[in-house]
Amino acid sequence: MSGDRLTLGAVAYDPKVVTIWDGFRRWFAAEGLDVDYVLYSNYERQVEELLAGTIDVAWSSPLAWVRAHRLAEAAGGGARALAMRDTDRDLTSIVVAREGSAVEAVHDLKGKVVGAGAVDSPQATLLPLAHLGGLGLTGELTVRRFEVGVGLHGDHVGGERDAARALMAGEVDAACMIDGNHLLFAREGLFPPGATRVVAQTAPYDHCNMTVVDGPGGPQPGREALLGRFCQLLFAMDYGDATVRPLLDLEGLKQWLPGRLDGYAQLEAAVDGSGFYDGAGTVTAEGYRP
Amino acid sequence: MSALAEPLPQVALGGIGLDRGGHLLIDQALRRLRPGDALLVTEGDAHLELHLRAWARSRGHAVDGCVLRKGNAADRRMAGAVRAGGTGPGGIVDRPPSSWGLAARGSLVEAGGPDLASADLASRPQVWSDVAPKLYAQAAASQWDPTTAVDWSATASLTAEELPDEIESAVVQVMTYLVENEQAALMVPARFLGRIHPHFREVVQLLAVQVADEARHVEVFTRRAQLRGFPLGVSGAGGRASLQTLLDEPDWSLASFLLSVLGEGTFLSLLSFLERCAPDPVTRQVARLALQDEARHVAFGLAHLTEEVAGDRALRDRLRAAIERRHDALASTSGLAPDVHDAMVVLAAGSWAPTAIAAGWAKVQALQADMDDGRRHRLVRLGFTGREAAELSALHTKNFM
Repeated sequence: MSGDRLTLGAVAYDPKVVTIWDGFRRWFAAEGLDVDYVLYSNYERQVEELLAGTIDVAWSSPLAWVRAHRLAEAAGGGARALAMRDTDRDLTSIVVAREGSAVEAVHDLKGKVVGAGAVDSPQATLLPLAHLGGLGLTGELTVRRFEVGVGLHGDHVGGERDAARALMAGEVDAACMIDGNHLLFAREGLFPPGATRVVAQTAPYDHCNMTVVDGPGGPQPGREALLGRFCQLLFAMDYGDATVRPLLDLEGLKQWLPGRLDGYAQLEAAVDGSGFYDGAGTVTAEGYRP
Repeated sequence: MSALAEPLPQVALGGIGLDRGGHLLIDQALRRLRPGDALLVTEGDAHLELHLRAWARSRGHAVDGCVLRKGNAADRRMAGAVRAGGTGPGGIVDRPPSSWGLAARGSLVEAGGPDLASADLASRPQVWSDVAPKLYAQAAASQWDPTTAVDWSATASLTAEELPDEIESAVVQVMTYLVENEQAALMVPARFLGRIHPHFREVVQLLAVQVADEARHVEVFTRRAQLRGFPLGVSGAGGRASLQTLLDEPDWSLASFLLSVLGEGTFLSLLSFLERCAPDPVTRQVARLALQDEARHVAFGLAHLTEEVAGDRALRDRLRAAIERRHDALASTSGLAPDVHDAMVVLAAGSWAPTAIAAGWAKVQALQADMDDGRRHRLVRLGFTGREAAELSALHTKNFM
């Protein structure tokens, strides 16, 4: 961070990330705010650099948010979620079986193989498996993970798609995915009409947010002014503005909303239950190498 | 006493899922509602609530079970949209903005998207002519197939007595000359085609057909030249220099003037001459087919320049200067190659008998007078006085095109 410039971190899970943040950077500049961005290959590195002060704000996955606030709190400070997309609110994950198979209800999964996404995918691994655990299925089933884009916290759809393919090929008995991807896979023809049955669905949860961390001394006044202006401009982005609309479309939102923290409790519990991070934000997941 | 709650508007999907087009039915129902209004979705498939949740989120609508609450994203998306004039020629605007890009005339253009900056010929007075739609329709209806429109066997089957080799050589030389002229007539409109704003659709279409016309002319003149196995004739340096000045003209109006009004206008006389005087049926047929196309090219060039001159008096001075500049540029060249001129005489003579040569010579003299008449007539149409027209016609390239 330097002077009047705000530095944002984002994870390069797709080439379009460059288009998005280049475009937003130009848009902020036209509004008089100097925003630069740094791209990371994985969320763990981004969280660490946020804590180190290399970046002022991080565009965080929900799992990155969990780690960031744990690390910040362990250091005597705290973390805030400044903003999120309208599409980050109230998502659900589901567990899907083949229609007509032996898995007619969630308890039929006992002794069966469930396909999940990458080890660090909140929506296709941590949340749905925790949900199944909450239904008493921990230790009762075999999990087969489809490790695509490890370190991207599930931003890459590949793991979910591979699990869905394995389901239709009969290689697994059920597959975990976010609700929107069930519709996506159905439209792609991967799930023919009537071919799947949803046997479990999580409660709604929230997804990404713009994260800042504060040291033990609390927010820094100089940076707060920049962050305040940053949020003001984010919330002012108008889907009716032709210059910013293509970027909002690419980033998958219609408007930015204030960040809220009540949609992360499920993931906090899933992280604890799976031992993905410890309470201080240290990575404890076995074999996790972003 | 409280009023009875109004029943929610509903849409029944008839068992169709959102993965099979059900969202189209929902969209259709939402179009009748305002942002904030609720819509009850019924009769979906087994995944209705799941898919509605995901679909609504991606479209900016709120959802609670099977009740949608319409968001404003669709309205906001079209907030800055404008109608790109009207669909028919009556809806043409004077200066279509580059932001309309490739949008169909009359369409509702969403704001944003790339500027079509390359289409810099975007002024109605400069580009448009009211005759363009009619000429385009004629052009589209008049396309002919070189393979079937010409009876190629009619010349190939002539005996050496009926078409002596010396006369055939003259025909081949004239065809050689025509091919390079048609190449220029193809390249000039092709260069401007991509610069004309698509809003002037009929002009773009007309020029596209004009380019295709020239492509066919190149083909049929080449095929005629090869018909009896003779090698092609001479391509004179002076002729190519004259054509190069057409390619080098960067101004659309001036290029159109030099090519269509003066060059192709002069070629009307030449093609008519070939249709009447050529010694064999194929040459007469290909000249006739090219003549009907070229007449259309001249008609458009003359029509749009006549309309442009009416609104821009200074344009006539620029047209005059263009002729003079081209004349000066070609002053050091020889004009029409002797090979071409002599070949035309022999072609018109039909034999090497002295009386026939004299008659051929007279026909070419008459042709050149006819060309001059035509040019002067068209210059007068553009508002030049008779004297000015005569002076300017005399400065036209000796290469004809």
